Amino acid sequence: MYQYDQYDQSMVDARVEEFRDQVKRRLAGQMTEDQFKPLRLMNGLYLQLHAYMLRVAVPYGTLSSRQMRMLGHIARKYDRGYGHFTTRQNLQFNWIKLEDAPDILAELATVEMHAIQTSGNCIRNISSDQFAGAAADEVTDPRPWAELLRQWSTFHPEFTYLPRKFKIAVIAAAEDRAAMRLHDIGIELLRKDGVLGAKIFVGGGMGRTPMISHEIRDFVTADELLSYLEACLRVYNRYGRRDNIYKARIKILLHELGPDEYRRQVEEEFAKVKTLGIDPPVAELERISAFFAPPAFETGLSDVVDRSDPDFAVWLDQNVKPHKQPGYAIVNISLKPVGGIPGDASADQIDVMADLGERYSFDELRVTHAQNIVLPHVRKADLYAVWQTLTEAGLAEANLDLISDIIACPGLDYCSLANARSIPLAQKIAERFKDLDRQRDLGELKLKISGCINACGHHHAGHIGILGVDKKGKENYQLSLGGSGAEDVSLAKITGPGFDEDGVVDAIERVTDRFVQVREPGERFLDTYRRVGFETFKEAIYG
Amino acid sequence: MADLAGDTDNLLRFRDDEAHDEPAITLDSFLNGQTNAGAVRLEAGDDARALLPSLEQLALVEVSFPSFRDGRGYSAARILREAGYAGELRAAGDVLVDQIPHMRRCGFDSFAPEAPVDSETLKRSLDRYDHHYQRAADAATPIWKLRHG
Ligand code: SF4
Repeated sequence: MYQYDQYDQSMVDARVEEFRDQVKRRLAGQMTEDQFKPLRLMNGLYLQLHAYMLRVAVPYGTLSSRQMRMLGHIARKYDRGYGHFTTRQNLQFNWIKLEDAPDILAELATVEMHAIQTSGNCIRNISSDQFAGAAADEVTDPRPWAELLRQWSTFHPEFTYLPRKFKIAVIAAAEDRAAMRLHDIGIELLRKDGVLGAKIFVGGGMGRTPMISHEIRDFVTADELLSYLEACLRVYNRYGRRDNIYKARIKILLHELGPDEYRRQVEEEFAKVKTLGIDPPVAELERISAFFAPPAFETGLSDVVDRSDPDFAVWLDQNVKPHKQPGYAIVNISLKPVGGIPGDASADQIDVMADLGERYSFDELRVTHAQNIVLPHVRKADLYAVWQTLTEAGLAEANLDLISDIIACPGLDYCSLANARSIPLAQKIAERFKDLDRQRDLGELKLKISGCINACGHHHAGHIGILGVDKKGKENYQLSLGGSGAEDVSLAKITGPGFDEDGVVDAIERVTDRFVQVREPGERFLDTYRRVGFETFKEAIYG
Repeated sequence: MADLAGDTDNLLRFRDDEAHDEPAITLDSFLNGQTNAGAVRLEAGDDARALLPSLEQLALVEVSFPSFRDGRGYSAARILREAGYAGELRAAGDVLVDQIPHMRRCGFDSFAPEAPVDSETLKRSLDRYDHHYQRAADAATPIWKLRHG
């Protein structure tokens, strides 16, 4: 994985001192909270209901074991002994003191980590495919490109006060594991006439007006990519709406201008920008790529795995995915045990995962947008040992992509914007469906919960999506069906009147019961839904 | 003139020439009549490109920041510098000390902040970063260039 050189290191070190200085001025009353807010936000520090929350960047979701251990250390020393992995492949600490924040950043900097631009109206952490470098279906490893973008977007002088936050995803495989089409800019790497380049999608997003992005350019080569992105961002910075926070994302600009007019403006800007010499030479991408060279895989390993332990076999079938290298596999660690908080891990669990990464996965771990952890390169011969260790640590839930592998935002338990709680609802649903045989019979079913219209829990992209709303002072939940954040991207449709907490769990069960009645062999829930249509399920829910 | 943030009490300049004392006129007046003016003020929503045919004659362009959150002026500045504008480029209005380093990189070389800026804090923040990742409108050599020559 990428390693800092002296320039990268001095950048994060200077940032720590800058933030220390800003916190000092704030505490001394030299800045108002209003003036301090955008500064702390650009360091990932939010004021929540009960305390400060610090969001640490995990660029494109890749971590070394040393970095993972540091997260555990911070959880112990400065928080309440746990951390929360997020849908942006980052990690949040929910109980931070403002005075401690500079010290935490200083500790992070010792392991080449930071919290830069994990919030604020700037370019956020670049997200990517959690199976990068391991997936059989990738054209190239997307992470060098993501790292190039990380550096370019870090303290970008022109794009730090955008109309609204800005999210970029990079993928390089046919299967979209990063919800690329629901990003402000989505980049798909592909080969055209033997040359690697990027297809650019703009204007996707969730929030209160969910939209799927438009293809704006079919191909940009590496040596012009940054110019092209600067052009995309500049048009947005100049013309994106600033009068209404709910209309400020780039998707609204695309919607109002139309993709053709937006494209025309970008091309006009691009024609000028690309002459300015802002693109690094291809040697820079090559330099970065060298850090992502495949690890020293052993060859001639057997692909046979002993399945005689039935619990292990279930986990193997559900949580382990094929690797491009014979004899290896991708291990998914579910952070969704029944009764737990989706995405949470204790400091001890974080350490266990760090150790496993070091011992069995070439010192690498990944965070997924579904709030799980991946050990990307595990020898098949080691799978049983890995599973045993995970089992002891309470990390061997065999529910990847099943109904209890729920994405849930922090909701009313933490978030000051929430209308309703997400976590207790996720727990109730997981409890209702806790029989693993039943879950596996239902198959892939992506359930996503947001505690308010901001959609941090990606409910628009859920096969089943749930949105918390406020109904005359009471928590109420709207159910929607048919969304997908994958390559078959679609937005979920609201079924009808909402429910209280127990009501929505019952309604979900009516949906899954109907699915079991009408499905054809081999169909996932989403396939059946698309085949039989919305009304069948609506009728099942409301009678 | 309270409505113009051209209030120069807090003026900070990073240029050696004399400050231009002719008051800046609006883009509208400039385009529709006062075409000889040497100083123009751009509101946040104005199109900086409208000035490109006249850059030679301009000694001062003032860009308004109605709120520190409104980042349109950063693009306006870069557009002017990229087109070769060499005169004074002033950021006026709700300009905060922590924003000045980025503004410098976008090509601003003069600042008229509404509230006074502490000079010690400003000096610290301008000196803070030795290098930058991107090429921008300032003279800084981007890190990729340092890496590859
Ligand atoms: S969706 Fe709403 S409630 Fe949930 S984290 Fe986002 S803002 Fe908070």
